[in-house]
Amino acid sequence: MPDQASHPVLQLKELTRVHGSGATEVHALRGINLDVFPGELVAVMGPSGSGKSTLLTIAGGLDTPTSGQVIVENTDLTTAGRKQIAALRRRSIGYVFQDYNLIPALTAAENVALPRELDGTSARKARAEAVAALREMDLDQLADRFPDEMSGGQQQRVAIARALVGDRRLVLADEPTGALDSETGESVLALLRSRCDAGAAGVLVTHEPRFAAWADRVVFLRDGAVVDQTIRSDAASLLTGQAAER
Amino acid sequence: MSIRHGLLALLEPGPRYGSQLRTEFESRTGATWPLNVGQVYTTLNRLERDGMVVQDGEDEAGHALYVITDAGRDELRNWFRSPVDRTSPPRDELAIKLAMAVGAPGIDIRDVIQSQRHHTVQAMQDYTRLKAQATDVSPDNRDDVAWLLVLEQLIFQTEAEARWLDHCEARLVRLSLMAAEKEKRRKKTDGEERSADRRPPGERPATAPQAGLGRSKNR
Repeated sequence: MPDQASHPVLQLKELTRVHGSGATEVHALRGINLDVFPGELVAVMGPSGSGKSTLLTIAGGLDTPTSGQVIVENTDLTTAGRKQIAALRRRSIGYVFQDYNLIPALTAAENVALPRELDGTSARKARAEAVAALREMDLDQLADRFPDEMSGGQQQRVAIARALVGDRRLVLADEPTGALDSETGESVLALLRSRCDAGAAGVLVTHEPRFAAWADRVVFLRDGAVVDQTIRSDAASLLTGQAAER
Repeated sequence: MSIRHGLLALLEPGPRYGSQLRTEFESRTGATWPLNVGQVYTTLNRLERDGMVVQDGEDEAGHALYVITDAGRDELRNWFRSPVDRTSPPRDELAIKLAMAVGAPGIDIRDVIQSQRHHTVQAMQDYTRLKAQATDVSPDNRDDVAWLLVLEQLIFQTEAEARWLDHCEARLVRLSLMAAEKEKRRKKTDGEERSADRRPPGERPATAPQAGLGRSKNR
């Protein structure tokens, strides 16, 4: 359940992104406003070219907006220095990619421990945290496996563990189920959902309505602008009274 | 019809009375299609008239008990064996609405699509939440398993609708781009012809008739 009383983990304010200039100018994003709260999973849907992935890369500090603000855990990425952004990306933001992006030469536990080690945590402590994160997600049996010894679904679950190790609580997932069959995709979404239920804030970019349906809120983009969004309704009311009339 | 066969299926294991059938029908389908007890008795009367069930005594509380007959069992087996008919598609309000919205004055069909998409995706979110709650069903609980199947059918159906809406929108965007392109080409060829007409007859380019052909092919 999103905790809207507390401060948003991610805030996008009047975000615009223009690629190119002059006659070839493309407005990828036009004035996006979006708050994502702890405990909330937001899905972003829209046709290809609607700006979904641009939104996510800017929210993760991988790209910079043309104008507007990106605020992660109270730090504005648009005014922060490069070092500060790098630190924020290590400490606060977890990114999950369609092709998992685990480091092939490292085991699952080492992959999960890596961002903590890069952040200056001792190798032993980082390893312990990684194993704890894997255990929390029922993945401890994978700890010593290398990526090529795991299925796609297992790799993606490890990638989610890596995205949320330590006290990071923002996970940005770009088509995380794109390379998975529908049942495995579902289990990855169930994990993402449970991490958000445990207090993380998540943004999921997908073109699959069945996966977007795991979110608390679905935001629809078209031509770089939010055209509409769903609000969470009470599931209990769904199959009584009003729903039965349909 | 589904209620008729549903009741026969519920009577198959043994005698039941009316409101019991209603409760069992609803718990098997998660109350997705609520029945009122009147519908149950009307259906039982028809089944009785057709020789599929008979009334046979009462339970201790005085409820009239119904029992399935051999003819009823045959009918039920036959129902399970035959596919649900798809030859005459059921009337679909959404398909009719979109068909009517094409070219309707003052209506932006993309808005019609988006308002439906909103509703459909939100229903999917609700069903998905119910499913997340229903996945710890015990595999030997018939009602739990049946409810999960019905719930997933609702998810698949709304998913198909959402995908179809995406497809409609993409299709309309493509078609309007094609129309714009055609219009641009038409203006261009018209312009060329007009400027060609202004030239003295002797200077008319030899390719002009071909350009004319090209245009009519594009129309």
